[in-house]
Amino acid sequence: MADITLEHITKRYGDGYEAVKDLNLEIADGEFMILVGPSGCGKSTALRMVAGLEDISDGQLKIGGELVNDRAPKDRDIAMVFQNYALYPHMTVRENMGFALKLAKTPQAEIDRKVNEVAQVLDLEQHLERKPANLSGGQRQRVAMGRAIVRDPKAFLMDEPLSNLDAKLRVQMRTEISRLQQQLGTTMIYVTHDQTEALTLGDRIAVMRSGVLQQVGSPGELYANPTNLFVAGFVGSPSMNFLPGELADGVVKLPIGDVRLSDEARQDLEGGGGPAKGRQVIAGMRPEHFEDSGLVHDPPSGVKFPVTIDVLESMGSEYYAYFNVESGRVASQELDELAQDSGVGEIPHAGSRTQVVARLDAASTVKQGEPGELWYDSSRLQLFDPESGRSLLTHSKVD
Amino acid sequence: MKRSPREITGWSAAIAIVVIASLIPIVWIISLSFKDPSTIADGSFLPTKWTWTNYSGIFKQSLFTDALRNSIGIALIATLISVVLACFAAYAIARLDFPGKRLILVFALAIAMFPPISIVGPLYNMWRNIGLYDTWPGLIIPYMTFALPLAIFTLSAFFREIPWELEQAAQVDGATPFQAFFKVIAPLAAPGVFTTAILVFLFCWNDFVFAVSLTSTSKAETVPAAIASFPGASQFTAPIGSIAAAAVVVTIPIIVIVLLFQRRIVAGLTAGAVKG
Ligand SMILES: Nc1ncnc2c1ncn2[C@@H]1O[C@H](COP(=O)(O)OP(=O)(O)OP(=O)(O)O)[C@@H](O)[C@H]1O
Ligand SMILES: [Mg+2]
Repeated sequence: MADITLEHITKRYGDGYEAVKDLNLEIADGEFMILVGPSGCGKSTALRMVAGLEDISDGQLKIGGELVNDRAPKDRDIAMVFQNYALYPHMTVRENMGFALKLAKTPQAEIDRKVNEVAQVLDLEQHLERKPANLSGGQRQRVAMGRAIVRDPKAFLMDEPLSNLDAKLRVQMRTEISRLQQQLGTTMIYVTHDQTEALTLGDRIAVMRSGVLQQVGSPGELYANPTNLFVAGFVGSPSMNFLPGELADGVVKLPIGDVRLSDEARQDLEGGGGPAKGRQVIAGMRPEHFEDSGLVHDPPSGVKFPVTIDVLESMGSEYYAYFNVESGRVASQELDELAQDSGVGEIPHAGSRTQVVARLDAASTVKQGEPGELWYDSSRLQLFDPESGRSLLTHSKVD
Repeated sequence: MKRSPREITGWSAAIAIVVIASLIPIVWIISLSFKDPSTIADGSFLPTKWTWTNYSGIFKQSLFTDALRNSIGIALIATLISVVLACFAAYAIARLDFPGKRLILVFALAIAMFPPISIVGPLYNMWRNIGLYDTWPGLIIPYMTFALPLAIFTLSAFFREIPWELEQAAQVDGATPFQAFFKVIAPLAAPGVFTTAILVFLFCWNDFVFAVSLTSTSKAETVPAAIASFPGASQFTAPIGSIAAAAVVVTIPIIVIVLLFQRRIVAGLTAGAVKG
């Protein structure tokens, strides 16, 4: 059990590529830290540096207050789940999971007890005597997981440990990990691509993009107060809608109509300096902050606007309504990058029409292909600077 | 993909022809080795008069038994040294990035392709001058010249296939570099090492050119060279029966080794280690 501190950590690979740039991250003792970001942004690299498997080019890494930059992996006392499992193919599942304990000279009875216990948690009991080659992808991944959690290390490092499991098993394992981590109180760094995992498991989430840390915060903070377009688009599913807008007197002119700014938003905009009026902005609107206007009675704030729903998807408990609005192009490098990372949802593309997703209550009466009226909760509006991508608001509501 | 019956018949026929064509000389020499000296030239495919005398004969000659001892000793020592040295070299080539890595492999390949006969003349002179002529080291050294590059080449191909992340996994699990190597990497490298050892052993065991040029007495003469100098039963009889028997005897160990280790060689021991 220990805290992990990354100070100005940089990784330059042999070919000169900087995979991680000046990463600063403080992970408290017992904290569950999630690392997310598009493919190739340096998550695994960061994790491997903490494990001691990659040299740190620059900066200081401290585990439990001690500088460990030059310490061998075995002396760092951490357990890791590798992205590609890295199981020992010549050992059975039981031997794979007990390997670390055996190296630590744990008595055999103790090893057996722990391995059996973990195998039960991971639903691997009937496979203990089999070799990795004969297991399915999901089973192998669980063995990789088991190999880490039989130990009692200072910290767990998990690199997408549930990526290969089916939906049901993933939910089951997610709860297991959460329970286990709370029970053991071991510090955890957890890399994932999965929104739900990130938002439900972590105490805090760190979002990375091309080797640069974008924002760290609790799931609620990241969701409500993204510091830039990238984080805004990355967190949440379906992802945030972006529309071009123009600031006017106390309102933002958007393709769906004029949206009144909240008092806080107005203060932020004025505090930020610059001409408020006539300024071009990008507005971020989360799908869940739309509603069928017929279901909104006596709205505290918000706008109603007419739409024609192009596609209506029923999710059982809710609808996803897709509609197009006439608008100019929302141009931003960060959004282009987000669009490339196929893991994330729809991002408006070039052209004069922008697609917007709204999440509506199952009681909604809107019909596909027919005109209707939607309502948007304008107190939730996010505003971004088109050039820098930075958020223009500082204190939105945290749920 | 399912093959049609016609395809299956066609392939079976083709395979049968190849197998039979390559087996005929072997069966023939086995048959010869069982023929009585008087019927050896009768031209029949199977012996008309079966006999063990060819076999008992060669084992009574010290010419053959000494040669067998030399063959086994020289081939084993040359194999052992080459494979151990090649392991180090191949490990470095597979794991480390250093300038000239490709050059080493190219040179290794070039040397392995070098025609042995072209160095026999100079070696003969050198060995006689420095006293290595007709000794075990006199054969072991040139064998290693060819076996080492061959071994380095095959072993580095094998080592490249090992998922080295396993070594890291072991280190994270608390293993020292030595433990990681001996408990995780070595067991995975074993099939490659065996295969290489067999290839090298075969090369040394089969060599005729060096053996016949650099040895002259039973001190160091190996079986292929000794067979060539088998005397007949009398001055006027050809020692065909004995030669055939000796050839069979030296082929058997090879077949046994290959059959014994075949499964280990073929088995993909690294399957299931990493995703995809
Ligand atoms: N050995 C290496 N040499 C040079 N560049 C490397 C090396 N390993 C990784 N990289 C580069 O570093 C960047 C980050 O890689 P990393 O594996 O950390 O990504 P990741 O965030 O884990 O992605 P994913 O989600 O796909 O696993 C990538 O652009 C990759 O090309
Ligand atoms: Mg990765």
